[in-house]
Amino acid sequence: MATYTLQINGKSLSADVESDTPLLWVLRDHLGLVGTKYGCGIAQCGACTVHLNGSAVRSCSIPVSAIGVGKITTIEGLSEKGDHPVQQAWSEVDVPQCGYCQAGQIMSAAALLTKNPKPTKEQIDTAMNGNICRCGTYHRIHEAITLASSKH
Amino acid sequence: MSTLFKTNRRDFLKMATTATGGLILGFHWNSAEASSMKVLDAAVLPAGDINFNSYLSISSDDVITIFSPNPELGQNIKTSFPMIVAEELDADWKKVKVIQASLDTKKYERQLTGGSGAIPHSWERLRKAGATAKQMLIEAAAKRWNVSPASLKAENSVVMDVAGGRKLTYGELATEASSITIPTDVKLKDKKDFILIGTAVHNVDNLEMITGKPLYGLDFYREGMLFAMIQRPLSFGMKIKSVDATAAKAMNGIVDVVTFKNNVAVVGKSTWQINKARKLLKIEYEKEGNIESTSDHDRIFKELLDSKEATVRRKDGDVDAAFKSAAKVITREYQCPFLSHSPMEPMNFFAHVREDGVELVGPSQTPDLARNEIAKLLNVAPENITLELTRLGGGFGRRLKTDYALEAAELSSLIKAPVKVIWTREDDMSGGSYRPAVRYRFEAALDANGNMIGYKLRGVGINVGNSTREDNFPSGAVDNLLIDSIEHKSPITTGAWRAPITNFLAYAEQAFLDEVAVAAKQDPVQFRLNLLERAKKTPVGAIKYDIDRMKGVIELAAEKSGWGKKKNIHQGFSVYFSHRSYVAQVAEVTMKNGKPMIQKIYAAADCGIVVNLSGAYQQVKGGIVDGMGHALFGNLTFKDGAVEQRNYNSYRLIRMKEVPEVEVHFVNNGIDPTGLGEPALPPTGGAIANAIFKATGKRLYNQPFNKQEEMQGVNLGERM
Repeated sequence: MATYTLQINGKSLSADVESDTPLLWVLRDHLGLVGTKYGCGIAQCGACTVHLNGSAVRSCSIPVSAIGVGKITTIEGLSEKGDHPVQQAWSEVDVPQCGYCQAGQIMSAAALLTKNPKPTKEQIDTAMNGNICRCGTYHRIHEAITLASSKH
Repeated sequence: MSTLFKTNRRDFLKMATTATGGLILGFHWNSAEASSMKVLDAAVLPAGDINFNSYLSISSDDVITIFSPNPELGQNIKTSFPMIVAEELDADWKKVKVIQASLDTKKYERQLTGGSGAIPHSWERLRKAGATAKQMLIEAAAKRWNVSPASLKAENSVVMDVAGGRKLTYGELATEASSITIPTDVKLKDKKDFILIGTAVHNVDNLEMITGKPLYGLDFYREGMLFAMIQRPLSFGMKIKSVDATAAKAMNGIVDVVTFKNNVAVVGKSTWQINKARKLLKIEYEKEGNIESTSDHDRIFKELLDSKEATVRRKDGDVDAAFKSAAKVITREYQCPFLSHSPMEPMNFFAHVREDGVELVGPSQTPDLARNEIAKLLNVAPENITLELTRLGGGFGRRLKTDYALEAAELSSLIKAPVKVIWTREDDMSGGSYRPAVRYRFEAALDANGNMIGYKLRGVGINVGNSTREDNFPSGAVDNLLIDSIEHKSPITTGAWRAPITNFLAYAEQAFLDEVAVAAKQDPVQFRLNLLERAKKTPVGAIKYDIDRMKGVIELAAEKSGWGKKKNIHQGFSVYFSHRSYVAQVAEVTMKNGKPMIQKIYAAADCGIVVNLSGAYQQVKGGIVDGMGHALFGNLTFKDGAVEQRNYNSYRLIRMKEVPEVEVHFVNNGIDPTGLGEPALPPTGGAIANAIFKATGKRLYNQPFNKQEEMQGVNLGERM
């Protein structure tokens, strides 16, 4: 066990955990940030997506010891009032069904639009292909990303 | 760490008492009889044993709170239920607040999610609940102004005296309304006057979901709670012989390792610590029942299809004579594999078994069943068990089962501590309760003119009592018909999977009828319409589907898709009736570089009145995506009793790239709602298979399509 101090959502947060603990479980079990979801544990479903230095990463597969001074953003820190353009588009298009995967979807979409503000249809498909939605809201996810992109 | 769930039922009731002078209406969900409704003074509420089934409250500051009793798993009930109440209440939707109710059998009935039944079941009573409250508010205003209630009208949470130019908000009237005698014969709105119903209303939980608020069972944390994972036998038909937990117990953060039934539970202080420790368990298993592999099932299916002993489900006319006299007989077999439900939120449940009662928190489609079974298991009275319903991260039927709640309760009783049991994805996929594997044999007898004079269907299912739907179309349209089924009992656990049975039967039947239509030299759409016409004019035996509604969706789908009028686009047709609703679909396949690609799916749905247009569109699209994904890719196989796919790297689910365009149309016939959670899924596989046949000349008889020999070198999910 060791104490790790992480830069999360603009704050320094500490957790006393084992070095191989995935970031996902540090966020959920130790820091009370449960918006980041567990879906598969092997970086196949994207439910646990967060930003590490602005890039979308799967927090289930990154040990806490590998993060160092990297800046992490979780769904809770994407915006103060849930008004990030991607979140607004998600609301406007009424995307969620069960909603469980949506935080991960939103984090993947937000990272895509930061890097590529005007993605093509194919670029959206490619960037989002790592995020599974078992309810099948893919059409609306696509539509929301296109909408957010148009407002950039 | 603090408790993340702040609002529970008790908190709300407290809140209600502190609100100054509000109206709280308890309305009886068991019966739509207004006479059993009573207005309760807010102060009476916390007194405990209240004989009412739900609450609609109006506070003096105009906030209308509606409890939503049914488990929400993505079917959008938490938005559509309150919409129905708000419609008849003429409430200002912007001021409606919705709260998920905990399990309470005294206040609610049918507090479950399954069978696409919630809206059909509650439509009338929800409307009456809203209308009754509105009537009382109008009467309160009439009393205050000393005018006739008939001269007043309600709109957007306001009662208006048009002639007198006066207005009072519902909040201003709430206290006075609470002393009005409950009207016994409220008038419901004319359906053409609906303002809210039929519009696109956004999910009431959108903001919480898109900002990552704790909503789901897995998000439940409590100070001092322990975490547990359970090692279950990896092979069905095996039981524990011995357990050596020495190494696991020695790991950091491990509190205990407990063996009960066929479970070895590793209990500890964090998810990651128990996940690591469980890998060090040394468990020996021994044989307890049959150890089966997929190759065994393939053999068993073929044997049973020829068995003399089957349970007859429906028999019309004389099939033997019909088949003897036939000019042509078509026999085809279709097989589907087991499927995992795979909701994105794996199974989990929190349980705290105390001396004085049991507290349960978690995602369940059947909370009442879970509580009753736990009461029996622990020998505790059900009234001493509370069950707080969380939002469900998907269900698809998996959470109709109670196994994961029971084991949490049993474990808590053994360790005498609050504990959350968490399933990993691997546990979820290997731990049982699957969509059963089934094989069907269809036979059709055609006369010299191409008329279907005989029809036979035999279903063989693994742990499925009746793998047919004997009264579905085309029963009633064929003179001589025999439908029977045989069950193979297996230690592999199975259960209802979204649109049980029909999720595969519809594909097999619709693919078969397509082939029969071609053999009869008829257009597949016209072939179905002809059969329906026949069933209407001279029905054979009982007809348990609505011929006109089925015809309606067939014609709408054909019209919207431009059936038969497109060049270089290969169309496949399918129609199915399930759970009281009707959906027809047309799939479009194009050929690129010699390979078929699924480009678009049209759907025409008749679910009666659409309550929430936004939710309904997505329910149909999502059902089609679900149906397509599993028809193309879904495949859970067994080797020596154990599943061979344990996570999404080997168990393929449909992803964004693979999803075609989907266009949805609703038949607007004004019929009371008939359900939409499942009916859009069953027709999809058939529409796709029939379109692939048109494009390639190849028939697909087994799912998943992508694994079939006919599709070698083709990735049906691939799009260019």
